Amino acid sequence: MIQLVILLFSALALGGAVAILLTRNVLYSAFFLLLTLLGVAALFVLASADFLAVAQIMIYVGGVLVLIVFGVMLTHKADPLNRNSQRPNAVLTNHRSWLWPLVLAGGTFTVLYQVLTRGSFVLLNREMKYQTTVDTIGRQLMTEYLIPFEIAGILLLVALIGAAYLAKPNDA
Amino acid sequence: METTTMLIVAALLFSLGLAIVVVKRHAIVVLMGVELMLNAANLNLVAFSQYDPDRLQGQMMTLFVLVVAAAEAAVALAIVLQVYRHYRTIQLDEINNLEG
Repeated sequence: MIQLVILLFSALALGGAVAILLTRNVLYSAFFLLLTLLGVAALFVLASADFLAVAQIMIYVGGVLVLIVFGVMLTHKADPLNRNSQRPNAVLTNHRSWLWPLVLAGGTFTVLYQVLTRGSFVLLNREMKYQTTVDTIGRQLMTEYLIPFEIAGILLLVALIGAAYLAKPNDA
Repeated sequence: METTTMLIVAALLFSLGLAIVVVKRHAIVVLMGVELMLNAANLNLVAFSQYDPDRLQGQMMTLFVLVVAAAEAAVALAIVLQVYRHYRTIQLDEINNLEG
């Protein structure tokens, strides 16, 4: 039963990723990214990571994806006629090769698949239990991972200031 | 068995993200490919972390990866915005001038 659910959400995530690869519309690929992120969040739940699933939905779908959609809309070219006359005329040809990227991705997947299926992981022999992870994560954040936690806070502050500085108009 | 399925799905997601990064010409779609690869790595970490319920090291790592991914997306989109202001395009093939 749980195997079936895992396969269903895996198909959702992978279908979204394939659709991003195939579509030419940038806004559509943003929406397919939403599908993929939701699928991954569901897989987090099925791997008994409830807190991370909620964090994934809030950070990615609520933050990063909205940012990406804003980026798509802000950099959208309104009318193709208003082009810079200094630019050379670009003729859309079909010469862009799909062969080498597919060989690269396929080769990566083949190597990873061989490693994952042939390897015997010691960790997988332990027994697993479904339990809530919020308690453990909170305790770990305040003990073992206290310094990375504080550094992550500083990093977010720096990224906020840096992004606001970078995105400001030049003449302002 | 379920963990192996998840690991294979993560490997597939990583390969698809890699293909998107290499194939696509639009800068924002390339960013999406990077996000997909980060998600695949997170899926691996979480899949292994369920066998470690006392310390949850994989999940803690995933939490920090989420934070860094959010910061990366914000800064990268700010850079994309500046590139668009400068070149009036963000097709990566047409941005070939270092001097501006």
